[in-house]
Amino acid sequence: MEREVQRVRQAFLSGRSRPLRFRLQQLEALRRMVQEREKDILAAICSDLCKSEFNAYSQEVISVLGEIDFMLENLPEWVTAKPVKKNLLTMLDEAYLQPQPLGVVLIIGAWNYPFLLIIQPLIGAIAAGNAVIIKPSELSENTATILAKLLPQYLDQDLYIVINGGVEETTELLKQRFDHILYTGNTTVGKIVMEAAAKHLTPVTLELGGKSPCYIDKDCDLDIVCRRITWGKYMNCGQTCIAPDYILCEASLQNQIVQKIKETVKEFYGENVKESPDYERIINRRHFKRILSLLEGQKIAFGGETDEATRYIAPTVLTDVDPKTKVMQEEIFGPVLPIVPVNNVDEAINFINEREKPLALYVFSHNNKLIKRMIDETSSGGVTGNDVIMHFMLNSFPFGGVGSSGMGAYHGKHTFDTFSHQRPCLLKSLKREGANKLRYPPNSQSKVDWGKFFLLKRFNKEKLGLLLLTFLGIVAAVLVKGLG
Amino acid sequence: MDASPWMDPFEDTLRRLRETFQVGHTRSAEFRAAQLRGLGRFLQDNKQLLHDALAQDLHKSAFESELSEVAISQGEVNLALRNLRAWMKDEHVPKSLATQLDSAFIRKEPFGLVLIIAPWNYPLNLTLVPLVGALAAGNCVVLKPSEISKSIEKILAEELPRYLDQSCFAVVLGGPQETGQLLEHRFDYIFFTGSPRVGKIVMTAAAKHLTPVTLELGGKNPCYVDDNCDPQIVANRVAWFRYFNAGQTCVAPDYLLCSPEMQERLLPALQSTITRFYGDDPQSSPNLGRIINQKHFQRLRALLGCGRVAIGGQSDEHDRYIAPTVLVDVQEAEPVMQEEIFGPILPIMNVRGVDEAIEFINRREKPLALFAFSNSSQVVKRILAQTSSGGFCGNDGFMHITLASLPFGGVGASGIGRYHGKFSFDTFSHHRACLLRSPGMEKLNAIRYPPHSPRHLRKLVVAMEARDCSCTLL
Repeated sequence: MEREVQRVRQAFLSGRSRPLRFRLQQLEALRRMVQEREKDILAAICSDLCKSEFNAYSQEVISVLGEIDFMLENLPEWVTAKPVKKNLLTMLDEAYLQPQPLGVVLIIGAWNYPFLLIIQPLIGAIAAGNAVIIKPSELSENTATILAKLLPQYLDQDLYIVINGGVEETTELLKQRFDHILYTGNTTVGKIVMEAAAKHLTPVTLELGGKSPCYIDKDCDLDIVCRRITWGKYMNCGQTCIAPDYILCEASLQNQIVQKIKETVKEFYGENVKESPDYERIINRRHFKRILSLLEGQKIAFGGETDEATRYIAPTVLTDVDPKTKVMQEEIFGPVLPIVPVNNVDEAINFINEREKPLALYVFSHNNKLIKRMIDETSSGGVTGNDVIMHFMLNSFPFGGVGSSGMGAYHGKHTFDTFSHQRPCLLKSLKREGANKLRYPPNSQSKVDWGKFFLLKRFNKEKLGLLLLTFLGIVAAVLVKGLG
Repeated sequence: MDASPWMDPFEDTLRRLRETFQVGHTRSAEFRAAQLRGLGRFLQDNKQLLHDALAQDLHKSAFESELSEVAISQGEVNLALRNLRAWMKDEHVPKSLATQLDSAFIRKEPFGLVLIIAPWNYPLNLTLVPLVGALAAGNCVVLKPSEISKSIEKILAEELPRYLDQSCFAVVLGGPQETGQLLEHRFDYIFFTGSPRVGKIVMTAAAKHLTPVTLELGGKNPCYVDDNCDPQIVANRVAWFRYFNAGQTCVAPDYLLCSPEMQERLLPALQSTITRFYGDDPQSSPNLGRIINQKHFQRLRALLGCGRVAIGGQSDEHDRYIAPTVLVDVQEAEPVMQEEIFGPILPIMNVRGVDEAIEFINRREKPLALFAFSNSSQVVKRILAQTSSGGFCGNDGFMHITLASLPFGGVGASGIGRYHGKFSFDTFSHHRACLLRSPGMEKLNAIRYPPHSPRHLRKLVVAMEARDCSCTLL
């Protein structure tokens, strides 16, 4: 393991990954990989999650292609130095921010969107000029295998490597030193990753999870609301970190909500959901059993059918759920939707605030003031109002959590920034040493006053400031010299 | 009820602050501005007291105290007050085809309960500047000033709270043991300035609660001097930044890299500069600081034995005085090149040219600052391109940190995160992505709903290719 990481580090130190042309070439190669080997990639995702080709393509591949194109288009601009506003003291100097690669980056993926959650960070890491070690989730075996097979065929084999394995291998890997670690997964392992990172002072981006609440106001069009929620909840069989985890609404709405979700489920997946090619399965037996146990003692309004052999769990809705029960104690990550009745929006807000900050928060209402209030008085990684999931799709948004749902963010330019060091640079000249006499000891009160002046004074008009600076610098130096 | 020896001294304070945060007390711009103005008044009302305390703790001259502690802090307060409302504004972001009709913005939110742990070398600046950011961002703050800079610690504990709303601000005191205890609690953000060793301890403690951190650490900041420079100008600039605060500055040039020929020219120039700055007897100059305590004094005195003393080398235990010193003939393995010096000692390492210098620098941990002196801008830019460091300054010392439009922070072992100016506000804020969609226009969503057919897929691919912005359509 150590040798592998060393090899990648040596490759980075060679400087190969830094030139813009190289980065663009690698990104183009990645794009070719996704296009040429689309069938293999889709097949892998499909067999891991019993996903239809359409879903695999639209949920994972499309976003990847979009990110690569976005990166290719904008990278030439992003790698350039950005000048910053100067003050009187630095008026004649060059002051800018220069993005630089961090070095060797570790990306640990998750199994629920096994391709997207590896490749999207990878794109940004490559774009930022780093070397990358990828550790796909071992639970999505086929995708892990195909990544290990395909990436070396298209990308530089020393700069970007795939390491596969389980808990043991990941633990070994985490003992090594990296320059940034991006982890997608659960809170428990998130803590382990951060603790391992602390030993090397490695910065981390942790994309974790939580229970994303979904508040439905009385004042809304339930038909539309329930369609949108049904789409977001049962996509990928509920195995989405930003799926609406549970619903909060007034008790009087429950029956209607149940009815409309039921109708929508039928519309989306047909009479026999099990036969719909668009409905996925639970990733493995362990999670299947886990989700099943959440149903114990609950009022199943509809759904609840399961089949262990195929790891099938029907789209399920629970009503009158008691917040103290198990289904409300952990992130569900499955096609079970509890409805917890609350009396009003105040109670909903309190309910949300009593709990850990979620990765996403959803609120449905025609009343914009209510939506605004919900946002103002709660916290979460992100918010979508009157829909679900969608804030994930806009890559001008930083995507990440807060509190126990995570730290850091990525997507689009935010990925580039996450994997770069934005280095502040000030370039002065060796001339005009006279002006510096102001700062050198022996000091005097007048020097203090002049020093403060130059440090704190702002000017609105740059050219005027420049003129004034030169004039004042000369005056000051002369005066101070005269005062001795 | 007995006061149990195991009772947590911080529990009540932290609970009180958290409760205040939860009721939304710190959210309004008016409240935050009032806090910042309070901070400004603290600085103005107590200016003399602060100067005296800094003189007591570190023998800082009025010049150093004013410029590097009071004025910098005041400047940050003013900057925050001027820009608070602009910084707090929701930031609208470019939208994709699918979200054209929606409202898409980033909301800056306070994290909640913030812990700031400050060091002793710039005990006012490095406490107040982060505090400005945390308050401007609307957080409740627990401040843990350094127990080593005792006089300032006292003022921060006794005077500062009177200027701020104490329901959302507290100062806690103590040494390593108390700090360890404090760190067992859950915070929503931890801002630490200090050594890498303690930085690891802080981050490990933060990991238990998944608390995000900013760590402003340190390292050995290299300073390359090219042969084509005027040695006197270089000597002036390097000496000023090296001996400022008796060398106890995280961004000071730690060691020099130059050719033996340049070294020959630099030595007399450095001697001339030091004499001009501090007189023939630097110990009696009011412009030279002192070492913070005995422990660091002894540590530094031991370093005087490395290599050969070319300039200075005197020390006085009673005064915790170390003369502005330059060491030559130093081996890389000697202690003075193994740890961050943090004192008025400047070793000169010889290299033959830029390549060797770059190689020397890159063999070591990434420093907090990097300096390169050369008349050739090519040389300066080359060093910039082929190394990494928190910040970089060409042809001067750490001037770059006085520019609030430049972020201040480390990379690698020199730190995580950054601050100053708007970067402070952003550091102490959670950037929350908010997408507000229309409750109608459902037809536009039709393509995303199952059941899916090959026709759907073709539609999607066509839509993908027709987009004018590279974002997903769904």
